[in-house]
Amino acid sequence: MACCPTSSSTELDVRKTYKLFVNGEFVRSESGRAYRPDGKVNVPRGSRKDLRDAVRASRTAFPGWAGRTAMNRGQILYRAAEMLDGRAAQFVQLLGGGARARRELDQAVETLVWYAGWTDKLSQVTGTVNPVAGPYFNFTIPEPTGVVAITAPEVAPLSGLVRRLAPALCGGNVVVALAAESQPLAALTLAEVLATSDVPAGVVNIISGQRKELLPWLASHMDINAIDTAGCSADEIKAIEESAAGNVKRVIKVTSDEQSPYLVAAFMEMKTVWHPIGV
Amino acid sequence: MAITKKQSAELARQVFEYAPAPEAIDHVKIQPHYGLFIGGRMVEGHSKKRFPTINPATERKLAEVVEADEVDVDRAVKAAGKAFDSWARLAPSRRARYLFRISRLLQERSRELAVVETMDGGKPIKESRDVDIPLSAAHFFYYAGWADKLEWAFPNRKPRPLGVAGQVIPWNFPLLMLAWKIAPALAAGNTVVLKPAETTPLSAMLFAEICMQAELPPGVVNIVTGAGKTGSLVVSHPDVKKVAFTGSTEVGKLIQRSIAGSGKRLTLELGGKAANIVFDDAPLDQAVEGIVNGIYFNQGHVCCAGSRLLVQESIAEPLLEKLKRRLSTLRLGDPLDKNTDIGAINSRAQLEKIRGLVESGIEEGAELYQPECVLPERGFWFPPTLFTNVSQSYRIAREEIFGPVLSVLTFRTPNEAVEKANNTPYGLSAGVWTDKGSRILWMAERMRAGVVWANTFNRFDPTSPFGGYKESGYGREGGVHGLLPYLELN
Repeated sequence: MACCPTSSSTELDVRKTYKLFVNGEFVRSESGRAYRPDGKVNVPRGSRKDLRDAVRASRTAFPGWAGRTAMNRGQILYRAAEMLDGRAAQFVQLLGGGARARRELDQAVETLVWYAGWTDKLSQVTGTVNPVAGPYFNFTIPEPTGVVAITAPEVAPLSGLVRRLAPALCGGNVVVALAAESQPLAALTLAEVLATSDVPAGVVNIISGQRKELLPWLASHMDINAIDTAGCSADEIKAIEESAAGNVKRVIKVTSDEQSPYLVAAFMEMKTVWHPIGV
Repeated sequence: MAITKKQSAELARQVFEYAPAPEAIDHVKIQPHYGLFIGGRMVEGHSKKRFPTINPATERKLAEVVEADEVDVDRAVKAAGKAFDSWARLAPSRRARYLFRISRLLQERSRELAVVETMDGGKPIKESRDVDIPLSAAHFFYYAGWADKLEWAFPNRKPRPLGVAGQVIPWNFPLLMLAWKIAPALAAGNTVVLKPAETTPLSAMLFAEICMQAELPPGVVNIVTGAGKTGSLVVSHPDVKKVAFTGSTEVGKLIQRSIAGSGKRLTLELGGKAANIVFDDAPLDQAVEGIVNGIYFNQGHVCCAGSRLLVQESIAEPLLEKLKRRLSTLRLGDPLDKNTDIGAINSRAQLEKIRGLVESGIEEGAELYQPECVLPERGFWFPPTLFTNVSQSYRIAREEIFGPVLSVLTFRTPNEAVEKANNTPYGLSAGVWTDKGSRILWMAERMRAGVVWANTFNRFDPTSPFGGYKESGYGREGGVHGLLPYLELN
């Protein structure tokens, strides 16, 4: 494990304290709690208050991120792919090593690259100019829905998260993500990648902790616009859908292995603008 | 020579005096009782409960309809389920032909439909005749053309229909909302069970006749009448795979909660509290027409109505003066009169709701303005109303009134306009009035709303997607985007 001294080293390792990623900062849970999913490493056990701080940070970051040019968002996502690839060895180790871990890392990098290339094509593929029966110019474009909650799946804790994070960010949304409860280290380390990729503070927030405790608060939070259910069980989805009704949250149920502009569009709103034509 | 406001109002009255111009109704036959449209024919309900549908302008009963019960809804859903296999397998070009037929029949029977719509719902005949019915026919025509072109709509996918769609629609645009629901559902290869609103079932009953005239295969469209209970039976039926609802945010939330975990697909088109924003460089006369159209069209019974006027402070005074003068020329009265601008409020319950909210506006400190306006003795009426001195926290600035009531607020800078316009849990529509192109686009970008009308308001078209942000719901109706809720792409 990353925290433990390697056998060849005679020095004592400088261990890393894993932290939550909120508003571009690495912070301990305000609750002061920790848990040890692998029995060794202390991981912050995020609280409802941590989630609320994360939502506030993301809401503040939203206009800036949504207002970036599509090209700029693409560059930043690509930069994240570069940073992730540059730390490949570390992530493979965090994911348990071996060919499977390597595949997962490669997949996560590829996902970031793929969606980096979609930012400036999405509105060309999903937007329209509408031939209305009258003297009006009328067009429809995709816009980000706002604050999106994502739950990382317990299997594939890195690529599973990136496969939902990347399309959400691609369209200009901001994200509050729950790390996989049983294997949170990859997600918490992904925060370090994002923090060095020019992703503005608050655009992605990553919280570790217990799903059972945190998921209901995510689903019912009145300032979250959409919640993705890719990492959730049928029972969890039912509970999420019930709570989501409180503020008409979009509940995204596109299958977890989907990689497509349709998934990006699932995190988007379509805006239609009319203007008269005349002299 | 300047004329006083009183003289100006007097002048307006004289100039705009009109002789009665009633629309003929002798060509329209409303039956005393309607059954349910299930499996391709009108059948008596299992439910023996009936309720009257009245003309809100006269309070006279027009007909009785069935309050469909669980057995009726189950029959309708079963009929739709039975029809689904063959409808989904039918050559798409043949599905298209049925929809084209329906569109043509709607055009052929347009005046009859317009009269029924106006009698049952209270809206002015010029609106049902020029807006509701033509748009309904156009909607079927547009989606008819999509039926055999779905692969072109969604690249890299093989779109498939979902099954039986359960659809519940409101009373403000009864036939148009029916068209918005049924046309894309059928084009995509689904079959439907539709429940029209309790107070406006008649145009849906005429539509059932049109389905029979078009020889649409039995069970492809089923229509069950009733109130909220019937609607909830439709959306909760286990064989319904897709739910589409247009109505209040309150009921939309109940539906979203009630079908949680069922795997049903859902689209919601809910309430709104749109800002109509007028900048100091806007052409004021056009803006006044847009404001009037924005909030007094269809008695304000419009989810996307421009119910909050945000006017730049420097022009508030002249704009309000023009607006008030314009209000005094609006003709309220018999909805069947071709000159009527403001018809009847749809129901007594809605009238009470409007009155309650208007009273709250007065109590909270807003200043009420209503033009001199004689209300007919019978029927449900509310004069065109505007409130000035409105604070953002007032109920009349926050809650959807769904009546001819405008709340006026002011702003100084574009940023303040954006802030105030978006300060609502709703996000259905917005209006912007300015002569400056770059500002229009800047504002349009910042409005958290699904439809932005710039230098116009309340325009609709089958090719133009419509739907909300935030608590105004999700999913789009109209355009290629309107197909998506009725298709499986994976």
